[in-house]
Amino acid sequence: MKTVLGLFRYSPSFRLGAIILFLVLVLLILSFFSPYPPDKRRVVPRNEPPSLEYVMGTNSQGQDVFWMLTFAVRNSLLVAGLAVLIGRGIGVFLGLISGYLGGTWDRVLSAIVDSFIVIPRLPLLILIAAMVRGQMTIIGLGILLGLLDWAFPSKRYRSQILSLKERDFTQTAIFSGMRTFKIVSQEHLPFIIPFLLADIVSGFLFAIGMEVTLAIFGLADMNSQTIGTMIYWGNYYQALLTNKVWVLAAPIGASIIVVVGFYLVSVGLTTYLDPRTRLARLQVKG
Amino acid sequence: MKLLRTFILPRIVQYLIVIFVGITLTFLIPRLSPINPVDNALGRLTAFQTMSPEATVALRESLMDLYGLNGNLLQQYFSFWKRVVAFDLGPSFTVFPTPVTKLIGSSIGWTIGLLSLSIVIAWILGLILGTLAGFFPNSWWARTMENSLIVVYPIPYYIVAFVLLMLLTYYLPIFPLVGGSKGAPGFTWSYLSSLVYYGFLPALSLIIGGVAFRFIISKALTSTERSSDYVRFAEMAALPKHKILFSYLIRNTLLPQVTDLGLSLGLIFEGALITEAVYGYPGIGSLLLSAINSADYNVIMGITLLSIFGIATASLLVDLSYPLIDPRVRYS
Repeated sequence: MKTVLGLFRYSPSFRLGAIILFLVLVLLILSFFSPYPPDKRRVVPRNEPPSLEYVMGTNSQGQDVFWMLTFAVRNSLLVAGLAVLIGRGIGVFLGLISGYLGGTWDRVLSAIVDSFIVIPRLPLLILIAAMVRGQMTIIGLGILLGLLDWAFPSKRYRSQILSLKERDFTQTAIFSGMRTFKIVSQEHLPFIIPFLLADIVSGFLFAIGMEVTLAIFGLADMNSQTIGTMIYWGNYYQALLTNKVWVLAAPIGASIIVVVGFYLVSVGLTTYLDPRTRLARLQVKG
Repeated sequence: MKLLRTFILPRIVQYLIVIFVGITLTFLIPRLSPINPVDNALGRLTAFQTMSPEATVALRESLMDLYGLNGNLLQQYFSFWKRVVAFDLGPSFTVFPTPVTKLIGSSIGWTIGLLSLSIVIAWILGLILGTLAGFFPNSWWARTMENSLIVVYPIPYYIVAFVLLMLLTYYLPIFPLVGGSKGAPGFTWSYLSSLVYYGFLPALSLIIGGVAFRFIISKALTSTERSSDYVRFAEMAALPKHKILFSYLIRNTLLPQVTDLGLSLGLIFEGALITEAVYGYPGIGSLLLSAINSADYNVIMGITLLSIFGIATASLLVDLSYPLIDPRVRYS
């Protein structure tokens, strides 16, 4: 808690990111108090521009864009969260094993990881999504994205650890008789943790981006409100040509705000957690 | 010699395994699709004329044979390998009977031209800007650049592309909405300038995202290296700043960067999909998208195979170049 407050005070990017994420959280919670169910149409007058009554206007289907957006943010974050949990779980585990154990383990795992990296993900994803077209759920999408997003992170963890193993301080630690576990937890972990946090955020960014992309092609769970499906239906009902730009601007703006918020928080965290940059900053300021 | 045995040979074996696994998966996954391309094609053929049931069955048989869908999975698998080795990917189902290799051949130039150029430009720009910003972290230009690129970087690529499209073709109609060029191909000024004109917006969208990503990575790498002992010693020894930067620091940050460049060049085929779909650019991505929508097995397979070869080869070349760039790998 003290750390969070300290970060809030001293890291501008963390402060901004935290405020943005707080707003996103408020949006997410508001979705539980929506006056209309998310899928119901013709509950409000159609094609109203933004006004005091309809904060973000209404669309041509008679839905309130603001309340739709609250559901969209909630569902998009659910998809991304699931994907990150699964993807990073597999990725970190395999990366650590193949980096530290080396030898046969490393060769076998690297072969597997490399063959998953070369398989183009987006065509594969589109192919699978096209196969289950119409039956895709939010949960299914999250799991699918997670299962496709572990190979590249795992390779990066591996190369990070290989490079750490080559560094002088590791050799020094080994020669001075430090136990392996201690080297890993005390010397290497401070390098890995910022990496992990940044990687989790990049997982979120990947999942949110992929959800948007799939939805644009009409392949996500098109019956639920997500950021991507809102853009898809906005385009579908010609929001741009009929001069109702607010229908598109809301989800586009929301997606930008969500990802930027996540990213700024991770930037703040990384600079805080990485002892070397902290030192560097102290020297600069002191 | 030792390097060859312990590093290069295992890597090449791995390359072959990777390609084998990749090709096998590419074979299997489309065959799990519920859409039967033969019935699709039959539906198209019989839509305009009535056929007797016998003729339909006979046509179906010959189509199955033509598409390599005869026999059980194992037989299909072997004939698939035979065709891959012979570089014969069969005819396209939807644009029958144009061979897939010809379809891919006519669209791949667009993709490679657009993507490789934008990836390399973005890589170089991002690397230079990021390294400079990491080396001089307290200057005003480094801060401005970082603050603006940090906001751009996490935005999903589709959103960047779509907003650019909205702004620069709809609200401010400067650039064309769809297409890759105008006029007859040739070394004429009007054709070449139309290439640039039509390619500018897609390339811009790719470069914006690419530079932001590369900038952040190389700034992080540089500021890590900057706090290393050797840089501090070099600074104490009063070596000129440009010498520290170019002779020592960049060489240490370059290894992961070269890896990434190789891999992202390999990812050309994947990256093309959204760009070409958004901008209606006539490349391999548009081809793949229409193939997926119409369950055109052979085209999907052809493009996936190509990208597997591309990515695997890129990653092999990158790994083989490690010893050249990083002596620590050479002597370990």
